[in-house]
Amino acid sequence: MKAKRYAYYPGCSQHGTAAEYEVSARAVADKLGITLVEVEDWSCCGSTPAHTVDHVLYGALAARNLALAEQMKLDTMVTPCPSCLIALKSARVMAQDKEHLQELRELIDLPLKGTIEVKSLLQVIFEDIGLEALTAKVKQPLTGLTFAPYYGCILTRPPQLAQFDDAENPVSMDKIIAAVGANAPDFPFKTECCGAAFGLAKRQIVQTLSAKVLAAAEAIAADAIVVACPLCHQNLDLRQEQVNAFRGARSRMPVWYITQVVGLALGFSPHEMGLDKHAVASDAILAKWETHLKEHAQ
Amino acid sequence: METIQVESIDKGFIATVERESGQQVAQCYQCGNCTAGCPLTFAFDIPVHQIMRLLQVGQKDRVLRSHAIWLCATCETCTTRCPREIDVARVMDVLRILSRRAGTVSEQGVRAFYDSFLDSVKSHGRLYELGVIMKYNLQTKRPFTDAALGPKLLGKGKIHLLPGTIKGAGAVKEIFKRFAHKRRNEG
Repeated sequence: MKAKRYAYYPGCSQHGTAAEYEVSARAVADKLGITLVEVEDWSCCGSTPAHTVDHVLYGALAARNLALAEQMKLDTMVTPCPSCLIALKSARVMAQDKEHLQELRELIDLPLKGTIEVKSLLQVIFEDIGLEALTAKVKQPLTGLTFAPYYGCILTRPPQLAQFDDAENPVSMDKIIAAVGANAPDFPFKTECCGAAFGLAKRQIVQTLSAKVLAAAEAIAADAIVVACPLCHQNLDLRQEQVNAFRGARSRMPVWYITQVVGLALGFSPHEMGLDKHAVASDAILAKWETHLKEHAQ
Repeated sequence: METIQVESIDKGFIATVERESGQQVAQCYQCGNCTAGCPLTFAFDIPVHQIMRLLQVGQKDRVLRSHAIWLCATCETCTTRCPREIDVARVMDVLRILSRRAGTVSEQGVRAFYDSFLDSVKSHGRLYELGVIMKYNLQTKRPFTDAALGPKLLGKGKIHLLPGTIKGAGAVKEIFKRFAHKRRNEG
């Protein structure tokens, strides 16, 4: 199979607090025949802070990256991060308007067409690779494990912008989890908010909202929560101790990136997938998996 | 029921919000679906459907001084569910922008975080996470906020002690400069 080539926009988190998302995303892409060509010298998309200042500034910060990607002569840019995704997509929509396009061009001082397609890595795995091709490459099914698929807010919302999956009941991660041999029961909190970027300034918001997500995952007896967003991961994993203190719980719920789930099934080791980089250890779930694999082998 | 004096209706404010958001606030028929789905409503001083109502009757000051507009997480639930197809999250975003301009920001901490974030992007072209936290803590005079998270990140290659500045950092700074210049000229 000829490798599909995409312009790749990692986003700032991938080089920092989401380092394991980056490692697993690249490894999984490679194994699935997806060639990720990193956009040279990409810059921050502006994210939430920029759109609280001005929509044109928000558009311009993201548009610089669209312009750089367009120079690569590839038709699609892919990013693992939902916040980058929505910023890049918003800039692309903005560029469809002639007046705004001119404004953006002047601000970034680069040629810009606004024609490059923008997709999440999840969408590329789910639609461009597909479940059939994914299933065919599974080396070690994640039998016996139960995951709570947590999509968060903006992977599928607002639907006019996201143009992917279902806004109210997304199923792409559910199906990917099933394709690699694990269980993904109905998870009623799959699109609820984790508290987003309020961890620093309004911690109680994150504690209140993430507590609900963690409790909901426990209620369906999940071995781990699966996310596709660095910020959701930060709130649920890195801040889990803060959330526990707030809700009077002693939860030790591992939080995995979807690429770590897929990578493990494709034959990578937990260490190769950076599963040892989380705040909440994955020892219990990995031991459970090993036991299942042994039983299966007998 | 609260009554609002006709004289207090700021039509110019309604027009500004509509122009900047591209939404018609009169479309809202107060069904409350946005508030019903809003995950942040527990923290809001004014629920989002009431923000929409106050907007319809041009209550500029109350809306722009509200905490709600700064506690909205832009989760897009309201926009997704509005039966009148109003992009409510976009309206909330425009209200934040207008409250910055009017100097009525109610949540200084939230704004300090956003500003620290953008300062980092302006200086380095990308987000320097540790720098943002340190700057935020300095500005808000809470030096140890989230210090306990440090050990969970260090040694895992997940937080960098020094910023990684990109080649195009100058180009990004120029975007900020041109933007500021443009806005100054406009007005």
